[in-house]
Amino acid sequence: MAARVLVGVKRVIDYAVKIRVKPDNTGVVTDGVKHSMNPFCEIAVEEAVRLKEKKLVKEVVAVSCGPQQVQETIRTALAMGADRGIHVEVSGKDYDTLGPLQVSKILAALAKKEEASLVILGKQGTFASEVTIDGDKIKVIREIDGGLETIKINMPAVVTADLRLNTPRYATLPNIMKAKKKKIASVKPGELGVDLTSRLEVLRVEEPAQRQAGVKVETVEDLVGKLKEAGRI
Amino acid sequence: MASALRTEVLRLYKTLLFLGREYPKGADYFRDRLRAAFIKNRDVSDPEEIRQLISRGEYVVKELEALYYLRKYRAMKQRYYENE
Repeated sequence: MAARVLVGVKRVIDYAVKIRVKPDNTGVVTDGVKHSMNPFCEIAVEEAVRLKEKKLVKEVVAVSCGPQQVQETIRTALAMGADRGIHVEVSGKDYDTLGPLQVSKILAALAKKEEASLVILGKQGTFASEVTIDGDKIKVIREIDGGLETIKINMPAVVTADLRLNTPRYATLPNIMKAKKKKIASVKPGELGVDLTSRLEVLRVEEPAQRQAGVKVETVEDLVGKLKEAGRI
Repeated sequence: MASALRTEVLRLYKTLLFLGREYPKGADYFRDRLRAAFIKNRDVSDPEEIRQLISRGEYVVKELEALYYLRKYRAMKQRYYENE
């Protein structure tokens, strides 16, 4: 049986919140804004917990990088069924510039340290719509242009979750209470040998262009007239 | 009301209150309707009837979870799966 699954969970602005750009255009307003677990990370956690319930893996470890508040997100993962959590402490300037490169180095170092056979993450790149474990290999069905592809991969492996992989369970109150007993360990990126310096610099953040209001026309002649006006024909 | 049923009712109330925080029309709106619904039935003493009301409450819990899931799913699909 595969030993350990590592699941990355990211604390993001809640999907239902309207995002606002800061007046100085350096970023997005996050203070006082409702945050929750990235919906794709929820799907990843659900998949990991299901693998454990099917007795295909022994332990599910939830990992998140960021300041103190990400512990709430880790707690949600614990309430969904993860066994323990790891909080990689990153705050202030480091957190603002934390990008995929740094996070992937952190996750790689952790996967090695924890001897994880499988790392499941929320959506980026290619996505799995079904995951099963067959002996010491993982069978993944993924969606590609034109259909489905089934692949068998060796462990350790990294799998990312598609929207259709599963329906995540809701973290109910009793489970949230039980999760309080589960451990969350804190770790600094330095301890993992990861350098957080970013090679990217954010110059400016802007809202997307407002959608232009549409114009209604009464007849086909009007339509042709308007198109000619706009220089389209 | 028997003590065991009372615990169940309280647990149901707390679960609904917790779920209501994410209600689209607002947590306050939900909480007011929730309280009104429970207060309306406060004098029911027949255990069978109480159990039926609890079942109805549990059904609402499932409906809420489904509602929240569908909203989220639809939003994610719209945002990230444009070409489909």
